[in-house]
Amino acid sequence: MSSYEARIEVGHRPGILDPQGGVIERALPALGYGNVSHVRVGKSIRLTVEAPDEAAARSEVEEMCRKLLANPVIEDFSIELFPGDTPETPGQEQV
Amino acid sequence: MTTRVGVVTFPGTNCEQDVAWAVKVLGGEPQILWHADPTVGSADVVVLAGGFAHGDYLRTGAIARFSPVMDAVAEFARAGGPVVGICNGFQILCEAGLLSGALQKNAGLKFRCQTVDLRVETTSTVLTRRAETGQILRIPINHFEGNFVCDEGTLKGLRENDQIVLRYVENPNGSLDDIAGICNEGRNVVGLMPHPERATEAILGSADGAVLLRSLL
Repeated sequence: MSSYEARIEVGHRPGILDPQGGVIERALPALGYGNVSHVRVGKSIRLTVEAPDEAAARSEVEEMCRKLLANPVIEDFSIELFPGDTPETPGQEQV
Repeated sequence: MTTRVGVVTFPGTNCEQDVAWAVKVLGGEPQILWHADPTVGSADVVVLAGGFAHGDYLRTGAIARFSPVMDAVAEFARAGGPVVGICNGFQILCEAGLLSGALQKNAGLKFRCQTVDLRVETTSTVLTRRAETGQILRIPINHFEGNFVCDEGTLKGLRENDQIVLRYVENPNGSLDDIAGICNEGRNVVGLMPHPERATEAILGSADGAVLLRSLL
């Protein structure tokens, strides 16, 4: 068995209103960034999975996304896999 | 015989006592059902009360749908048993696939806590059978994620099958097609964002919710 770190991005499906993205898109011009458009807000989920190989790890993480991590009615997901577990991701080190 | 109303309670549910009280006042017999028990007991009707089941972590209702009681609720619904989800309960029924669509953050990111006018769109459901089509009901809403969304095909189906149960007279949250409540194709599972249990006695400011809860009894 090998360890893989999965980095999962969950976002709104195209055509589904993204209220947080909309608010940020309206806030940025107030700070002088009038050149910004298409703001989308999603979730980033990281986890370490044990699997015989990368294909098996990917298939299992996809299943987790379909069953729990994303709601296919309104959300899309994408998965990146990295060999070896990296328990302290940069996001967790920051205070 | 007195109708037994099972009120499903998850960790974080906070409206189960209000629902139980309203059921009792209206002549039913409330029974609190705990989420970890894989049964709806002897309930004739099941209500999923509002709150923040399992903290609403990840998404509203996302964890709650895997609670042991939910298999029993799904089985009860499949057999034609009346199931109603109020607010967080509506969100859970959508996550569980017992109702279509999803509820996401309100347009404008506003938490809405106010009494609103609702229009009864169909009386052919377990929750509205004692109401009248076109009747306006004043009932409180209290939510951050009540913005109903679904794809075009699903919306077309909801309209064609008369599954839109309640609409907001003035849309408070960006909800698609002003939808405040829907039902399944069998018409025995209904979800709604407003809280009828908070409008069952005049002293609460409105008794308009009573006609809905009485429809269950």
